[in-house]
Amino acid sequence: MSQFDMSIRRRTLLKAGVALGASQVIAAPFIVTALGEEPVKIGMVNPLTGVLSALAQSEVDGAKYAEAEINKKGGILGRQVQLLVEDSANDVGTGVQKTRKLIDRDQVDVILGDVNSGIAYAMSQVTNEKKVLHIVPGGHTDPITGTNCKWNVFRVCNTTSMDANAVTPELVKRFGKKWFFISPDYAYGHTLQDAFIRALTKLGGTYDGDFLPINNTDFSATLIKAKGYKPNVLLNNMGGLTQINCMKQFTQFGMQKDMALGGALFELESIKSVPPEAQTGWWDMEWYWNQPNVPEVVKFVADYRAATKKTPSARDWFGYVSMHTVRLAADKAKSLDGPKVAKALEDLELPPDVALQPGKVRYRAGDHELMPNIFVGEAHSPKSGPDDVFTVAALVPGEEAAGSVADTGCKMEQPA
Amino acid sequence: MSAFFAAARERLPKGQDLIVLVVIWTLLVTVPFWLPSLGGYTALASKVLVFGLAAMGLNMLLGFTGVLSFGHAAYFGLGAYGAGLTLRYLVHSTPLAMLAGTLFGGLAGTLFGMLIVRRRGVYFAMCTIAFGQLWYYLAYSWNDFTGGFDGLRDFHREPIGFGRFTFDITQGETRFYFFLLAIFAAAVAVMGLLLRSPFGRTLVAIRENERRARFLGIPVERHIWLSFSISCFIAALAGTLYALLNNFADPLTLHYSLSGYFVVMTVIGGMRTFWGPLVGAALFVMLQDYISSMTVNWMSFIGVIFILVVLFFPRGLLGMRRQTRSAGKA
Amino acid sequence: MWQVVLFNVTNGLIIGAFYVLMALGLSLILNLSNVINFAHGNFLALGGYLAYTLSPALGYWGALLVSPLLTALLGVAVERLMIRRIYNRDPVYSLLLTFGLAFVIQDACRYIWGPNGLPMGLPDMLAQPITPALFFITWYRVFMVTIVIVTVVGLFAFLRHTRIGLRIRAGTFDLETVATLGVNVRNLRTFNFAVGCLLAGLSGVLAAGQIGLNPNMGDDLLMPSFIAIIVGGVGSLIGTLCGGLLIGMAAALTTVFYPSASEAVIYAILMAVLLLRPRGLLGEEGMFS
Repeated sequence: MSQFDMSIRRRTLLKAGVALGASQVIAAPFIVTALGEEPVKIGMVNPLTGVLSALAQSEVDGAKYAEAEINKKGGILGRQVQLLVEDSANDVGTGVQKTRKLIDRDQVDVILGDVNSGIAYAMSQVTNEKKVLHIVPGGHTDPITGTNCKWNVFRVCNTTSMDANAVTPELVKRFGKKWFFISPDYAYGHTLQDAFIRALTKLGGTYDGDFLPINNTDFSATLIKAKGYKPNVLLNNMGGLTQINCMKQFTQFGMQKDMALGGALFELESIKSVPPEAQTGWWDMEWYWNQPNVPEVVKFVADYRAATKKTPSARDWFGYVSMHTVRLAADKAKSLDGPKVAKALEDLELPPDVALQPGKVRYRAGDHELMPNIFVGEAHSPKSGPDDVFTVAALVPGEEAAGSVADTGCKMEQPA
Repeated sequence: MSAFFAAARERLPKGQDLIVLVVIWTLLVTVPFWLPSLGGYTALASKVLVFGLAAMGLNMLLGFTGVLSFGHAAYFGLGAYGAGLTLRYLVHSTPLAMLAGTLFGGLAGTLFGMLIVRRRGVYFAMCTIAFGQLWYYLAYSWNDFTGGFDGLRDFHREPIGFGRFTFDITQGETRFYFFLLAIFAAAVAVMGLLLRSPFGRTLVAIRENERRARFLGIPVERHIWLSFSISCFIAALAGTLYALLNNFADPLTLHYSLSGYFVVMTVIGGMRTFWGPLVGAALFVMLQDYISSMTVNWMSFIGVIFILVVLFFPRGLLGMRRQTRSAGKA
Repeated sequence: MWQVVLFNVTNGLIIGAFYVLMALGLSLILNLSNVINFAHGNFLALGGYLAYTLSPALGYWGALLVSPLLTALLGVAVERLMIRRIYNRDPVYSLLLTFGLAFVIQDACRYIWGPNGLPMGLPDMLAQPITPALFFITWYRVFMVTIVIVTVVGLFAFLRHTRIGLRIRAGTFDLETVATLGVNVRNLRTFNFAVGCLLAGLSGVLAAGQIGLNPNMGDDLLMPSFIAIIVGGVGSLIGTLCGGLLIGMAAALTTVFYPSASEAVIYAILMAVLLLRPRGLLGEEGMFS
């Protein structure tokens, strides 16, 4: 092997070791001690880099805003709250590693995350093993509160079934029953399209469609096929940038004259980043800022804008609700112990200043899914301001759209 | 018989190498005790072991044979998927899953190696990259089988039965870390013996001067192919361990960016040394963990580190202060 | 029915055109300098983003002209500062360097322009379909293909008929002799790298009009470019051209019958070539063995 001078070799090893050690010592988090007490630590793992970064950042913003708000009002169980945010980089290995880091090294009491449903699921296996409360603010895949439901996992955002069921009656009523689907070829796309098909066929509709690769950039082939089929509505189930490209090409080809456009989610961040011609169609919003009839919302939006200089989107609301959920559950359970907080969350109803919408918003006991309203409406180019790009036509209660617990396939196992 | 033992004893490390060995193994075995006090956590050390093993496997090809593969993540990922698929669809047995994954990744590499063994340099590297991306593409498109974009889930490590005694590795970070350490030790021992054998020396000869090796009658292509295959098997083994660590396999374990990370670990630690890749893996994994917690712009930092290493520290950490060594000694 | 046929042909041309433009830039750099430019996709993104920033000031056409030149200038800086130092070393270093560069540029784009997608405005006349019946062929697509054809023809003419072009081609075969003949090889390599980056930047501006801007936009084009080079034959620019067109057409045709497999077919072609004709369609034996 290598012929080193022993002293030099040892020196190099020592240097490396000291460098490593020093970096880790500096990395240990600063502990904010108020009145000599340990803060309540909440860990959030989200893809701050990668294709989902815009959505993830909004969730972080909402959570940070809630953290400040909670601390101003006295914290959780009398202790200050500290939010620790880690980047999962849209990679499962990293997400799982950061979750372990937050739980083992930083001793967090609650885990929030991830926008990427695959990562959220992998994280839930770790949090379940370590008996830590896990709230998923914005990962949509159904099994998280369905066939893979767990006693410690709760979700804020909707399932694909909820979104599909909410918007279908509106689309059928306004435009007709003959639909064409463009869906991404992976788990989310398949479950979404299946949910739509179920809802549509219940109303006697017919359909055709294409599954496209996730990163597809050119939709011409499919759009031509759609035009030939002559549907009433084109369903754009693609997500993120691919959704935007599909919209752009749809309007470039002038197809909005022949058919209506719709789908499940077209998030505020995405609507704002398309050119005006593509700001169109009928969609679900999981929460919308423009609710002039609800005073709590008006106040919230005004305060949020003042603090962060941006208008909150559904993702901001997810982060906000997640943090307040922890506070509410801990207050009710008078403890931060995983199983106790989880029990307290079942059927917990959110107060109006957290729910920020009319009606009863609660975490359903059977599957741990939050039941908010679903805002069905139309996207359009900005009216009264750059954020006024969506007008709500109907409010569908979550419970109505979700179906029964048995439908989700969730069989909850209580903690040992 | 005595000649055999004498030869074997020749292969064992002695002198300074023995001391290095002892130091490294002492550190590794006591990790759960000193790492948390430095702000680390055991799962991080487990990741270092897994990536370190993969990088050491790559180093056999890159550092010792002088052939660049920039697609080794493919075999790593195939190992992960092989283990995961076995656990999910076939049988709930950890050893079998590890075997299946290692064979899957190793054989894929062996067969592919046959195709490109005549190429060299940059073209060889390009082919390895493209081959890796092929598997990446398959993994994230074949939804029903591999779980597609979201990754392969619904499997987990099973306790290992040794007759009456069962070794439960499903819970507990520390216990799993020692399990990993045991496998790592076995693999590293095999590699070490191989590299000290005539086969290993031949690889170095090929690295130093391929033409001369050929003139000496050494079947160069066959050696390169063997080296490639062995490195793929080791990478695949590391991949199976990764799947067991996360209870998850996802397409990004096949992506060329992970290949790049392996190469960087090898280079940072010191390409032509035996333990270099492990040191490089430790440094890289910890740096990435630390930097990504501090800033969203961690990608720039990592990129800058790559560039600095290439420009200013090409020999890596353990390669930096090398004395001139007599030719031919590994 | 004829619509579908016509559509396939034009779509194949467009996809192929993109792959060709990217692959040619990569190939140029690869052939002369033996460097795999992992950051090529990121130079593409940079070209697009620069055009986005410049178009309010210079208009679309101005941005289209200036942005690739700026990208080329950046390429010169990169080559002078970093890549130049590692030319005669083990190829692992050039790969790592460009790999690290890719990270840095991608993160810089994200930092400067934000992680959200940005729309790229097109002049109105380009955004129209050419006739109502052929609604899927917008003037922009015609424009893109035209630009690519002009650029490729220009590139080949340049390589054939100018002195620098001749030197680059000679250098691909035997750089040492070219140096011995008194050519300033260092400047030649810098120039070559700049041309490669110019092509990448141009691809970026064109792509931006089609798919909008985002920091990861170059990633999806990088692999097909690699494959175009391998399929066409390393060392041959015409091979790269054919390779790019081949896989572009194949991808487009597959989309009609089986959309999910449109990427798979590219990899299938790769494997077929590696198995049956490892040097590529027009590659030269001994180029890299």
